[in-house]
Amino acid sequence: MTITGKNKNKAVVESVAQIIFTVCASFAILAVASITLYMILSGTPAIFKVGLKEILFGTVWKPTAAEPKFGILYVILTSVVGTMLAILIGVPVGILTAVFLAEVADKRIARIVKPAVELLAGIPSVIYGLLGIYLLNPLMYKLELKIFAGSTTHQFTGGANLLSAVLVLAIMILPTVINISETSIRAVPPSIKAASLALGASHIQTIFRSILPAAKSGIVTAIVLGVGRAIGEAMAITLVSGSSVNAPLPFNSVRFLTTAIVSEMGYSQGTHRQMLFTIGLVLFVFIMLINIALTKILKKGAAEDGE
Amino acid sequence: MKTRTNKVLALIGALTLTMGSLAGCGSEAGSSTASSSTASSSAAESSSAAASESAPAESSAAETETKLSGSIQMVGSTSMEKLANALAESFMEKYPDVTVTAEFVGSGAGIEAVTAGTADIGNSSRNLKDEEKANGAVENVVAIDGIAVCVDPANTVEGLTKEQLTNIYLGQITNWSEVGGADSPIIVVGREAGSGTRGAFEELLKIEDQCAYANELDSTGAVMAKVASTPGAIGYVSLDVVDDSVIALPLEGVEPAAENIKAGKYFLSRPFVMATKGEISAQNELVQAWFDFVLGDEGQEVASKVGLITVK
Repeated sequence: MTITGKNKNKAVVESVAQIIFTVCASFAILAVASITLYMILSGTPAIFKVGLKEILFGTVWKPTAAEPKFGILYVILTSVVGTMLAILIGVPVGILTAVFLAEVADKRIARIVKPAVELLAGIPSVIYGLLGIYLLNPLMYKLELKIFAGSTTHQFTGGANLLSAVLVLAIMILPTVINISETSIRAVPPSIKAASLALGASHIQTIFRSILPAAKSGIVTAIVLGVGRAIGEAMAITLVSGSSVNAPLPFNSVRFLTTAIVSEMGYSQGTHRQMLFTIGLVLFVFIMLINIALTKILKKGAAEDGE
Repeated sequence: MKTRTNKVLALIGALTLTMGSLAGCGSEAGSSTASSSTASSSAAESSSAAASESAPAESSAAETETKLSGSIQMVGSTSMEKLANALAESFMEKYPDVTVTAEFVGSGAGIEAVTAGTADIGNSSRNLKDEEKANGAVENVVAIDGIAVCVDPANTVEGLTKEQLTNIYLGQITNWSEVGGADSPIIVVGREAGSGTRGAFEELLKIEDQCAYANELDSTGAVMAKVASTPGAIGYVSLDVVDDSVIALPLEGVEPAAENIKAGKYFLSRPFVMATKGEISAQNELVQAWFDFVLGDEGQEVASKVGLITVK
């Protein structure tokens, strides 16, 4: 066997491998492109039929009435407010847990906490929802009865409300926030920590003044991914949020963008069904915006690291 | 040389694995639809056993018909799952060469499928709309379903009038003490817009799209679970799914029972429709045989076994 012959075979394997890789990679592109195209094609007819203004700023959702109303303002607001509240609860807890794992905890405790967090990430979302129904909703109902005792204007929901959904979402984004924050905290060069300690700062001062600022871009990524997870979640919150279209107040039964699609897809028809695709398109746009923001942040972070 | 062969082998291996898993997906999907129609209620078995006992009388007719073969596709209402599966099972027992598949995606989608020609029969748990009839769907009522109004087991209310029920769902009565119960808020549970049960319920009470729901759940099971576990909740479900976990309230003093619905005394009832594209007589031999069966004694017996009211 000659050297050229060997090279020939080698070249064949190389080019075959390259083709296989290209085909695999183009699957992803094909999927994204076809989903985008499909969402736009199936989401826009209802916009022309109903009117963008009425959809985005209407507050009445009566898709099957004789004169149907397709206002999803409350649904959009619920997704925005719900996600924000979940982030407000989940992110501080997540970041502090990450600090604990990376800096504070001794190895034995970290060895228990870390797998627990990873397990949390692996629990199917429907399980969160079930636990929400059986643990969270009854608790919320008791709270609701206390807070609104004697109220004639409040509609009692039996504990299925925005707060329940927010709490479930907050727990669901924890693993994302914790894992990415921890990685970025661990990636902070030891010299920064050493310098801070050498200047006489305490451990806690070092964490909050030196390490966390240095890990900033990673933590922001964690938050953005958390937002992405929270806004896209459907299964868990459809079980605990009550699913009526209302303004996003803590004890109201609410409907998110995702649950609006899930809960009515089965029986919808005509404009109603097209409208559900439009909701999907709105959600799609939201998630795209979050992704663009994420890419920008990552690029900025990389540029800062490069300096 | 050896490592290169290994590489090639690995590549081929990886490819076969991918192919295998893709193919696996396909066949899995296929079998799951099959199992959904075959692994239906055990009640169906007993009913079909009973049905075959009564069969000999018309066995001469059946002998010629047993040559039937092919498949019938039903698509539609989730409320009709029990009925459709039970009927399919006993029909397939009578005609072993026929396969009946049933998919449960909702009334609207079922009628859409039958008018589009992708299914032979569209199951609908409500009367067809004029729009749907204009598209060529024909309404064949095969059974009647009652809707039960349920409350949690601890509720002390003994019954509701039509007016009370209407006002509860309109949000004008908000406490059980207003209708003779304990002082506890009423939690109004219902189904999502587009649901056949919700459509039927609101239509029968003439409160279409005016209901003030505190919970809009997307399945019968979810409504049952919510009502059973929430003190003060009220919900509506098909009569045949009611079990001991909830109390089905008498309405206007009439118990939600089959004989009352048949007699027309209980006002919350709705038809179960198996829609066809064009009249039954215009269908193929197989579908005609299906309707002979469903609307005959055997089919109606199956319907009553799954808790429905017969039409004959």
